[in-house]
Amino acid sequence: MIHEHSIRAAALAPELGWVGLALLLPLLSACACALCAALRVKSKAPAIITSLALAGSFVIILTAYFAYTGPVEVPIFQWMSFQWGTQSFQSFTADFALYIDSLTLFWMLFVTGLGTLISIYASEYMESDRGGGYCRFFFGISVFLFSMSALVLGDNLVMLYLGWEGVGLASYLLIGYNYERPSAVAAAKKAFIMNRIGDLGLALGIFMLWANYGTLQYSELFAAMNNGGQSSVDWDLSVIPFLLMLGAFGKSAQIPLFTWLPDAMEGPTPVSALIHAATMVTAGVYLIARLYPFFELHPEALATVAWIGGSTALVAATIGMAQYDIKRVFAYSTISQLGYMFLGLGVGTSFGACYHTLTHAFFKALLFLTAGAIMHGFAGQLDLRKLSGLRQLPGWRIVSWTMFVGCLWLAAFPYTAAFFSKDAILLQALTSERGDFRFLGWLGLFTAALTAYYTFRVWFRVCAGPLHYEGGSEGHHETPAGHETPVASHGTVASSVQPAPASHSAREGHSVFHPHAPRLAINGVLVILAIGALLVGVPAYDHVFAHRENWAQSMIAGSSAYQGAGIEDAHAGHDAHQATILGMDAHTGLTVVGSTASIGGIVIAWFFHLRNRKAADQLRAALMRRYWIGWLPICMENKWYVDEVFHVFFRLPMWVGGQILSFGDRHFLDGVLVDGLAKIPLGLGRLFRPLYGGALQGYAVTMAGGIALVIAWVTWIWVRGFN
Amino acid sequence: MNAALDIGVASGFTLAVPAEISIALMISALLFTLGIIGFLCRRNMIIMFLCTELMFQGAALAMVSFSRMRMDVSGQVFVIFILTVAAAEAALALGLVVLLYRRRETLNADAWSELGES
Repeated sequence: MIHEHSIRAAALAPELGWVGLALLLPLLSACACALCAALRVKSKAPAIITSLALAGSFVIILTAYFAYTGPVEVPIFQWMSFQWGTQSFQSFTADFALYIDSLTLFWMLFVTGLGTLISIYASEYMESDRGGGYCRFFFGISVFLFSMSALVLGDNLVMLYLGWEGVGLASYLLIGYNYERPSAVAAAKKAFIMNRIGDLGLALGIFMLWANYGTLQYSELFAAMNNGGQSSVDWDLSVIPFLLMLGAFGKSAQIPLFTWLPDAMEGPTPVSALIHAATMVTAGVYLIARLYPFFELHPEALATVAWIGGSTALVAATIGMAQYDIKRVFAYSTISQLGYMFLGLGVGTSFGACYHTLTHAFFKALLFLTAGAIMHGFAGQLDLRKLSGLRQLPGWRIVSWTMFVGCLWLAAFPYTAAFFSKDAILLQALTSERGDFRFLGWLGLFTAALTAYYTFRVWFRVCAGPLHYEGGSEGHHETPAGHETPVASHGTVASSVQPAPASHSAREGHSVFHPHAPRLAINGVLVILAIGALLVGVPAYDHVFAHRENWAQSMIAGSSAYQGAGIEDAHAGHDAHQATILGMDAHTGLTVVGSTASIGGIVIAWFFHLRNRKAADQLRAALMRRYWIGWLPICMENKWYVDEVFHVFFRLPMWVGGQILSFGDRHFLDGVLVDGLAKIPLGLGRLFRPLYGGALQGYAVTMAGGIALVIAWVTWIWVRGFN
Repeated sequence: MNAALDIGVASGFTLAVPAEISIALMISALLFTLGIIGFLCRRNMIIMFLCTELMFQGAALAMVSFSRMRMDVSGQVFVIFILTVAAAEAALALGLVVLLYRRRETLNADAWSELGES
C-alpha cells in the first residue's frame, strides 16, 4: 500500500463554499418546522421539508465527494476572533469554516444518507402525532443533522464542540419527545447529564490543546504537533488524549458512561435508529479518529481506549443476552459494537474502526427500524417473549427478512460487510505485538459469538417459530384513514389486560389484537437500508476478491486518522501477514475462527430459541440452582447492577452532600447569618419602640428630652472645661 | 443688679450680659418653656399650635435681645423673617387642623396615632 505517511496540508478553497449548504439546509428546515409548529400545520409538510433538506445535504456531500481532490479548508464566515497581544498564545481564532478531507466525507456520506432515509421512515412512523408533536419531532431531527454536520465538517474544535453540544441537545429533546411520560423525561435527563460529564472532559481537552499548541484549527494543530508544539503551560501533554477520551466515552456510551444509551430507547424509534445507533454515538469514534495523531503520541492512551472498548463490548454483550425488550437488546448491541470501534482505534486500526462505524450505521439503523415497525404495528409491544413467527404474518415479510439481513450483519456472518469490518479490528488486535491487545482480540472473538447468539435470539423468537402475538399496552394511535385493518385500535387494551397464556395460538391472537402492517415509507426504507447494508460490503469484497484497495481504507488513509499519519517517524503498520493465529496464516485463521464464533452463536440461538424454546428457561433455572454460577444470569438480567453502583457511589453521596448543604443553607446561612443579622436591628428597634408610641406628645417629649440631654451635655462640658 | 452674669466658672470664658438684656432673655426662656409645657400637656391641636407659636416668639425675643446686646441688626432682620415664616406657617397649619378636624370630628391629637406601634 502506498500512502504518504504525513497529513497533507489543507488548501484554502473558498470556491467550495457551496458545501456549506449541507449545514444550511438542515438549519432552514429546522426553521421551517418551527414555523409549521407555530402555524399548527396538520399535514406531513414538516416531514417532507426535512426529508428534502436532508436529501439536499446528501446530494451536496455526494457532489463534494466526487469533486474531492485533497484536504481543503472552506471559510464560510468569520466567527470568533480575539487578540490580546502580538505574541503567539495571545490570539484566538475560530472561524465558521469547513475542513473537508476524506474522513469528513466518509462520515458525512452516511450521516446525511441515513438521516434522509430515516426521516422518510419517520414520516410514516410518526404520522399519528400529526398536528401534535410532528413538527417538534422533525425540528429535532433537523437540529440534529445541522449539529452533526457542524461536528463533522467543522474546521476547528470550537465548531466540533458546537456540534457536539448541539447533538446532545437534539438527543435530549428527542428522547424526551413523549414528555408526558416520566420515564422518558428521566431518560432524557440521564442522557444529558451523563453526556455533560463526558463533555467536561472534552472541553478541558480542548482547553489543553489550545494551551499547548495555541490553535484549535485542525490543519494548524497537526502542523504544530509535527513541530512538537510550544506549550504556554508546563502541564503534562499526555493528559490531553485522556480528557478527549472522556468526552468520546460519554458521547459513545462506553464504560463507565454507558447506562444512558439503553434508557435513551424511550425516544421514538427513528430517533433511536438515527441518533442512538447510527450517527450521534459515533461522534466519539470520529473525535478520536480526527485527533488520532494526538492519541498516537501516547501509547498508554490508545491502550486505555482499547481496554475500555474491549471490555465495554463484552459487558454490553452479556447484558444484551439477558434482555427481553427488543430495542434494549439492540441498544446494548450498539454499545457493544461501539466498543469494537474503540477497540479498533485503540489497537491501532483506525480504518477498521471507521469501516465498522460505516457498516454498523447501516445494519443497526436497519435493525432499529424493523424493531420500530414492529412496535408501530403491535401497539408498542417489544417483549420478544410475546411475539413469535412474524414472518408468516401477511404484510410483515419485508420487516422479517430485512431484520434477518440486519441480524446476519450484526452477527458478523461470514462474508457480510460487518464480518470484514470486525475482522479488520480483530486482526489488528490478534496480531499485535502487545500481549494485552492479543488478549483483547480473543475477548472480542468471544464477544462476537455472544453477539451472534443474542442477535439471533431476537430473530428466532420474533420472526421465526409458530405464529402468535399480543399487542402492547401503548394506547395506540387512531387508525390512519384507508387502512386495511380498521379495527386495529380495538382489542389493544383488552389483550394487554388479560394475562398472557403460555401458548397463545394465532387464532386467539387475532381475536383480540390486529396489528397493522407497515406501508410504503417504512417498507421502502427498510429495503433500501438492507440493500445499503449489502452495498457497504462491496469495498471489502473488492479488497478480498479483486485485491484492490478497500475504498474505506483509502478514504481513511487519506486523512489525519490514518495510523502513523500524524508523526514524522511513522511506524509503518506492522505486517499482519507474518503473524499467525492458531498456527494458520492470520487472515485465514481469523476468517475460520470468526466464522466459527458467528455460526456457533447462531446455532446456539437456534437451538434455545427456535428448536426448543423451553430449553432456554430450563438452562436458566439450572444455572440459578447452582450457587457458584447462579449469580451470572441474575447479574446479566440486572445489567451488572451498574445503575445501582452509580446510585450508591455517585448519586447517594451527592444526595447526602446535598442534604448536608441544604441543612447548612437553611440553618446556618439562612438561620444564623441572614435571619440572625436581621434580628440585631429588630432588637434595637424593640428597645426604642416605646419612644414612638404614635401619640403626638410622645414625639414631642422625645424631642424635647433629646434636646435637653444635648444641652445638658454641652453645658456640662462647658462648665467642667474641655480637659 | 449685677452688671454681668458670670457663666463658665472653670473655663474662664465669661460672657458679659447687661441687666436689661438678661431680663429680656429670661422672658424669652420663660416663653419657650411655657410653650413646651403647653405643647406637651394639652391635647387640643389648636392650643398645641399656639404653643409652638409661643416657642417661636421666645426664640425670636432671644434673637432680638442678643442683637441689641451686640448692637448688630442682623438678628433683628432674622426675626422679621421668622415672623413672616411663622405667619405663612400659621396659615398652613390652621388649614391642616381644619382638614384633620373634618376627618375625625375632633381636635384631640390622640385621634391620630396610627403611625405608632403600640
